[in-house]
Amino acid sequence: MRMDRAWKRSGIAMIAMIAGLAAAEAGSLKIESWRNDDADIWNSKIIPAFNKHYPDIKVEFAPLAPKEYNAALNARLTGGTAGDIIACRPFDASLDLFNKHQLDSVNDLKGMDNFSDVAKSAWTTDDGKTTFCVPMASVIHGFIYNEDAFKKIGAEPPKTMEEFHAILDKLKADGTYTPIVLGTADQWEAATMGFQNIGPNYWDGEKGRLALIAGKEKFTDPQYVDVFKELATWAPYMGNGYQAQTYPDSQNLFSLGKGAIYPAGSWDISTFRSQAKFPMGAFPPPLPAGDKDCYISDHTDIAMGVNSASKNKEDAKKFLEWLTTPEFATLYANALPGFFPLSKDAVKIDDDLAATMVGWRKDCKSTIRNSYQILSRGTPNLENELWNVSAQVINGAETPEAAGKQLQDGLDKWYKPDMK
Amino acid sequence: MAEPISQVVAAMPRARFVALMALFLGPAVAVYTLFSIYPLIATMGLSTYTTDNAGAYSFVGLSNFVTLLTDSLWSKPFWNAAKNNLIFFAVHMAVQNPIGIVLAGLLSLPGLKLKGLYRTIIFLPTMLSVVIVGFSWNLILSPLWGVAEGALKAVGLGSLFAPWLGLPSTALVTLALISVWQFVGIPLMLIYAALLNIPDELVDAARVDGLGHLRIFLHIKLPLVLPTIGLISVLTFVGNFNAFDLIYSVKGALAGPNFASDILGTFFYRTFFGNQLQLGNPTMGAAVATVMFFIILVGVCLYLFIVQRRLRRYSF
Repeated sequence: MRMDRAWKRSGIAMIAMIAGLAAAEAGSLKIESWRNDDADIWNSKIIPAFNKHYPDIKVEFAPLAPKEYNAALNARLTGGTAGDIIACRPFDASLDLFNKHQLDSVNDLKGMDNFSDVAKSAWTTDDGKTTFCVPMASVIHGFIYNEDAFKKIGAEPPKTMEEFHAILDKLKADGTYTPIVLGTADQWEAATMGFQNIGPNYWDGEKGRLALIAGKEKFTDPQYVDVFKELATWAPYMGNGYQAQTYPDSQNLFSLGKGAIYPAGSWDISTFRSQAKFPMGAFPPPLPAGDKDCYISDHTDIAMGVNSASKNKEDAKKFLEWLTTPEFATLYANALPGFFPLSKDAVKIDDDLAATMVGWRKDCKSTIRNSYQILSRGTPNLENELWNVSAQVINGAETPEAAGKQLQDGLDKWYKPDMK
Repeated sequence: MAEPISQVVAAMPRARFVALMALFLGPAVAVYTLFSIYPLIATMGLSTYTTDNAGAYSFVGLSNFVTLLTDSLWSKPFWNAAKNNLIFFAVHMAVQNPIGIVLAGLLSLPGLKLKGLYRTIIFLPTMLSVVIVGFSWNLILSPLWGVAEGALKAVGLGSLFAPWLGLPSTALVTLALISVWQFVGIPLMLIYAALLNIPDELVDAARVDGLGHLRIFLHIKLPLVLPTIGLISVLTFVGNFNAFDLIYSVKGALAGPNFASDILGTFFYRTFFGNQLQLGNPTMGAAVATVMFFIILVGVCLYLFIVQRRLRRYSF
């Protein structure tokens, strides 16, 4: 039984290799990406817009499922069958590709000065000298809510955690809607939509993030344990059997109008726009007691670079240069509401939900997820640990204090703040 | 006792005989070497190297294995995965194979109608893609929209329902049972085929002596198909210790909650290919794969040398 499958796999691999070789001809570009949800938009809007400027360059968008992307991309790059343009994950995954000489520098690309250093930080070497991918978009965390549900219980979007909990209690008492739409089955939801969503208000955004890297703050400090304490209170408000609720389950639960508050990543907007039939609003993470300044996770998420082994670098660079233009930024931001451009140009966003979320940038300070830069380089991997403990804290299987200790112990095993 | 060689082959000149052997065995040996033996040896070779940041390889001997088995960062998840894998295997042995044997026994009853239909239905899940199986069971067992809770309530057992796939205490066994459901057709088919091979005279003689169906099955048929049951056990063992796809498609590479459903296959995948921000480590991954290979090798050898030698075979 096993043998058969192994044969099939190697057969498929061979076919893929041959197909890959055939595709790598001049005049055409192949884009590797994990955004398989966006394939339609690339084919119907973005590539045609690019072809208006460069009608001779044939661009093929060849996306993979997000969870297979890193593994498949590495295999293709090593085997020499990867596309010409590579969608770059933020930080180490891409830095590793650059260090292995699989991505080219984009320093001399026209239009790179359209991006701030913060925007470029996720795709720049530790010494800050070389940038290897063109930043495309960031995603913002917050909460999307069902306006009908809020109307039913007479609630306004909460500003503080206290108001947030008052609303949750009302929603639970009312019983029509699942108050918090979140599951722990996929684990990353708990970490990304939970911990990284509400966390920046607790650890003061960039200040806390950089202090963690500098070793001046620890996950056992109260500002981090408090985030877990807050998460630990969520379970009673979550759906029945949330332990087995997956991310698509959460998306469906909310877009079917059965949930009230959805801890969100802005990338969910386009899914909800096409499926949800009720009015939606968004509010930024509520402030913990006593805090005045607000912080949001405005995470640099996607960029694009040139495969060093590409046979068609000239066209690939033309494409990347086009990515730096305001034309692309406007097109992308509006075609994919919830992916916010990182360039300095002001971009008008038509979708009101997306406009609301990007509007938080004016009032709140932006930060990125604290596990992404440098801290997830070692073993045990901080991001994996964070997924695990966040899910466990919400499940009630681990105390907030133990969660903080597990993260810090794991980090202490390999990370020395001065090794940067 | 060796079979007599055919006269034609015996009369053949030696060179011709060798050429004939090469013709018949060559393609299989070549393909097997290229796609099985070479990757196996290459993997073992890779496991003795390590990489630096620039991706350059350097030889480190057995130190990857020492790290894997002694450094608690690696050994803890490794032994956790190995333990879970044993449980996964135990569930298959305790549930899948007995059910397969019973179903095969029932199917081979004389006078049973619609045999072909039953066989097809039971074998059908085996032919489904694991991804489809994982996805369907995820939906069936979903506490939000699954039919499992409603079905239990309909028979008055609603209180027994829990989000089985999400609880650390039940996730692994639930996944193992899903896999049992999918693959029960394989022991069924193999044993059914073995049962059909039993000559009717033996069964008829037993009936003349006054034995019922159950006792015929237990005392005549079962001992005669023991070698097949042994074979199935080995196949189950090898299949389970190579398993990966179902867990990955249902629980992802982190095999939660808290690694409760992590088996060697998912542990290997995370190590070799990485996960989210964890970068893949091909050399350490190769070490995990090598250890998995030796676990399977030892298991199969134990079976071959201890069990199979004692099995009595009957030729009819």
